[in-house]
Order: sequence, then structure tokens, then C-alpha cells
Amino acid sequence: MQVSMTVNGGEVSGDVEARTLLVHFIRENLHLTGTHVGCESGYCGACTVILDSKPVKSCSMLAVQAEGSSITTIEGLASNGELHPVQEGFWERHGLQCGFCTPGMIMSSVALLEENDNPSEAEIRHSIEGNLCRCTGYHNIVKAVEYAGAKVRGEEPPPPDWEEGS
Amino acid sequence: MYPREFDYVAPASLDEAFGALGDDSKVMSGGMSLLPLMKMRLFSPATVVDIGRIPGLDAIEDSGDHISVGALVRHADTATSDLIKANAAALATAASLTGDVQVRNRGTTCGSLAHADVAADQPAAVIALGATMFAQSASGTREIAASDFFVDAMTSALRSDEILTGIRFPKAGPGEGSAYDKLGRRGGRSDYAVAGVAAWVKKSNGSIEDARVAVTGVGTKPTLAAGVAEALIGSDGSDAAVKSAAEKAIDGITVLEDLYGSVEYKSHLAKVYVARAVKAALANAG
Ligand SMILES: Cc1cc2nc3c(=O)[nH]c(=O)nc-3n(C[C@H](O)[C@H](O)[C@H](O)COP(=O)(O)OP(=O)(O)OC[C@H]3O[C@@H](n4cnc5c(N)ncnc54)[C@H](O)[C@@H]3O)c2cc1C
Ligand code: FES
Ligand code: FES
Repeated sequence: MQVSMTVNGGEVSGDVEARTLLVHFIRENLHLTGTHVGCESGYCGACTVILDSKPVKSCSMLAVQAEGSSITTIEGLASNGELHPVQEGFWERHGLQCGFCTPGMIMSSVALLEENDNPSEAEIRHSIEGNLCRCTGYHNIVKAVEYAGAKVRGEEPPPPDWEEGS
Repeated sequence: MYPREFDYVAPASLDEAFGALGDDSKVMSGGMSLLPLMKMRLFSPATVVDIGRIPGLDAIEDSGDHISVGALVRHADTATSDLIKANAAALATAASLTGDVQVRNRGTTCGSLAHADVAADQPAAVIALGATMFAQSASGTREIAASDFFVDAMTSALRSDEILTGIRFPKAGPGEGSAYDKLGRRGGRSDYAVAGVAAWVKKSNGSIEDARVAVTGVGTKPTLAAGVAEALIGSDGSDAAVKSAAEKAIDGITVLEDLYGSVEYKSHLAKVYVARAVKAALANAG
């Protein structure tokens, strides 16, 4: 079957089987391997992409269901070599360890900040409920999103934990 | 993990969809339950009929004294609709506690009802709200009461040639309110219900005039807890009255042990959550 959609601002199309999952279309046809495959069962969120402004799990959608939609993957965030504020936050606040969950964590957080650029800690945690980190670095992930929120609002990010009180 | 091969059709109208449905087909709305099951090869339909592109099914509508929710209304929409929050808090809350952000962005309220998982949240809410389900096929529309819709584990009253095109429930009148609460499998209110309870009450002159309470998660299907409602009706709705009514939470329900708890534990939870949901419904009743 023929599918076409917009990915990271560009028109793409390809020939897929009906059963081709969106995540496989993205990774294998488009060679955008930043979107990860973790559990494949809808739980871990490593495969999260933003589809028509909303975060979704690309392992739980068929490529043909995404026909005509507009998708952003982790590769579509940085522009002209400059990191997206959420990517910068993960870098600055050590929001990753092995990095496996990171693309999904970042896509969920980008979607959150687009709706609400000043989320509380509880709102941040709620919005990444569908993203699991096996390195369990949730504390720094939350700090990374707080950093990014400040950047998006044009404010100075809070100092890192390791400088507080030092 | 790939599903087995299948034919995919994305009809542009309900009529076209009815034409594509057969003995070995499955309707797909959000795909959040269907696709994982197909990937695990627990379901391998020959044809998948994706109703996601049929126009007109994604509306939440106010028809005066009722609210209707179309087949393609997603959990995220149900959870955030002011109309549903104000008139059917049990359903809005159940939707907001379903899965996670990504699941709520794709999964639909009606898909969840059609799926009829024993631990799903929405079924309890629609039973407590006294909803009507619209099962449409090429030969017409059957109206099914929510309390008759859930037949057994993963089995609804829908026939294979029918599509659940929407549901309808009454708006909250004076003195009426509803609520939903659960213990989730991942602790707190997260994930499917180990025990979940929806309650609807109608207060008048300081007592409970009418009530409906439904329990999900503990047995083979979401069930109306008739004994609880009977005990509540005519009572003053005090904490003591609610506690005593909650003792009847599992009357008529065969509680099943599963990975998440023993019969004893789940029976206890059902009572605790009946009391919580009824108190919350009373607080919501205007
Ligand atoms: C990670 C994860 C967490 C979840 N957590 C929860 C939770 O906490 N609580 C909860 O209640 N659920 C939970 N779910 C399940 C989810 O809420 C629903 O089961 C799912 O959204 C079903 O809706 P859908 O539109 O995706 O249906 P689909 O997956 O498309 O379909 C499900 C089934 O219903 C049938 N069907 C769908 N729509 C119709 C229709 N209109 N007419 C006739 N038949 C139809 C399909 O043929 C299929 O058999 C979770 C799912 C995932 C993946
Ligand atoms: S790979 Fe998609 S949710 Fe885990
Ligand atoms: S950083 Fe390793 S899984 Fe999250």
C-alpha cells in the first residue's frame, strides 16, 4: 500500500504492508532511527512521536493510519545545529543515562510544553506517565523539563541540584 | 512484533464500513487494544475495518437533556470536555485515569466499551450513568442499555456486523451527581483497575432518592451493584449509611483472583472504593 505523510516538515511517501507499524516505517523506510522500539506493546513510550500536535506511541499505530498526517520525530527538533530547549535541558541537567528512553521522553515533554510552558512538577510527572525509564532517572528528567520550560518562557533556568546550597 | 497479514480498509462512510464487515473482520477505532492483541497474535482478523476516517463520528453533543459521545471521541476529549465534566463526572474521571497521555490521545471511549476488558474504567462509568449504547448495522440501529451491554470478559452485546456508533446518557439534573475512583494496577490511580467503582446519586430533601453503582476490575465483567443502590436509596447519605451500603459491594459478583490480588483483597478493595465513589458522587451532586 502507498502511504504519504509529512515528517519533520518534509513530504514523505513509501510502499508498505498494511501491517507495517508506524515506528517501522519511520525507522526502516525513512531511516530515522532516533525513534526507539522498546516494549512494542504500548507501555514504554520509547517510540513516542508527535502526530498532529499530540504525542502518540508509534509502535501502536499502523503506518497507513498516519496517512495524510504531520509527524515530528526527535530528528525534527534541533534546527541549524541548535538544540531544542528540551534537548538542551536533558543535556544540561543530566536527563539521561543510557539514553534509550530519551527520544520518547523528549517528545512527550515537547508536547507538554507546547500546551503548557509552566508545568508544575506534578504536571510534568503526569505527562511522562506513558514513558518508562529503566535507568530510573526520573528526578533529572523532571529537572530537565523544568529547565526547558524556563528557557521557553525566556527565563533563567533554576540552578542544577548539585549547585544548590553548595 | 508484527501482526499477521490482513486486508486493511478505511471506509469513508458507515454504509461502506458495514459492507466491509464480515465473519473474520475487526473494527478498529484507536487501535490501542486491537493492535497490541494482533501483534501478540491473540487476534488475527482477515480484515481490519478502520473507522477512523468516517466523518461525523467524533462529536460530543448536547441534545438538551442528554449528551451523546460519538464513536471516534478519544479519551483525551472525553476527559477534558466541560460538558461531560459538568454532567457526567464519572465518565470524565474514568477517561482521565485511563492509561497515559499517549493512550488517551488515540484510544476512544467507545472502543474501550466495545473491547469490554474486565478491568477497564469506562464500562463502570456508563453503567452508573444509565447510558444507552447505539449498535448500528446495515439492518438498523439497536439501542442497548449499558447494564445489558457487558456480557462476559472481553465480550459485549455487539454482533460482528455491528459498529458501536455512539452512546448517550442523561445530563445531571438537580441533586444529581456522579464520580469514579479506582486503585490502578501500577499503584495509585495508574493503569487498569484492580478495583474501580462508578457511582451516580440523586439527592432530594436531605436523603438519597435514587442511586446506581457499578464495579469493575474484580469479576468477569463490570457489574451493577444493585445491593449497594438499594441500601443507599432512602438513606441520609451520611458516612455511616455509605459505609454500611458499601458492605454490599460484591453481592452477586463472583470475585476472581488474578495477578493483582486475592479474592479477599479485591473484595475488600471493592467495598473501600464503593464508599469513596459514593461519597464523591454525593459531593458532586448539585
Ligand atoms: C499502555 C496502555 C494502558 C492502558 N490503560 C488503561 C487503563 O488504565 N484503563 C482502561 O480502561 N483502559 C486502558 N487501556 C486500554 C484502552 O483504554 C482501550 O482499551 C483502548 O483505548 C480501546 O479503544 P480503541 O479506540 O483504541 O479501540 P481499538 O483498539 O481500536 O479496539 C478495541 C476492540 O474494540 C472493537 N471496537 C473498537 N471500536 C469499536 C466500535 N466503534 N464498534 C465496534 N467495535 C469496536 C475492536 O474491534 C477491538 O476488538 C490501556 C491501553 C494501553 C495500550
Ligand atoms: S515501543 Fe512503543 S510503547 Fe514501548
Ligand atoms: S536513560 Fe536509560 S532507560 Fe532512561
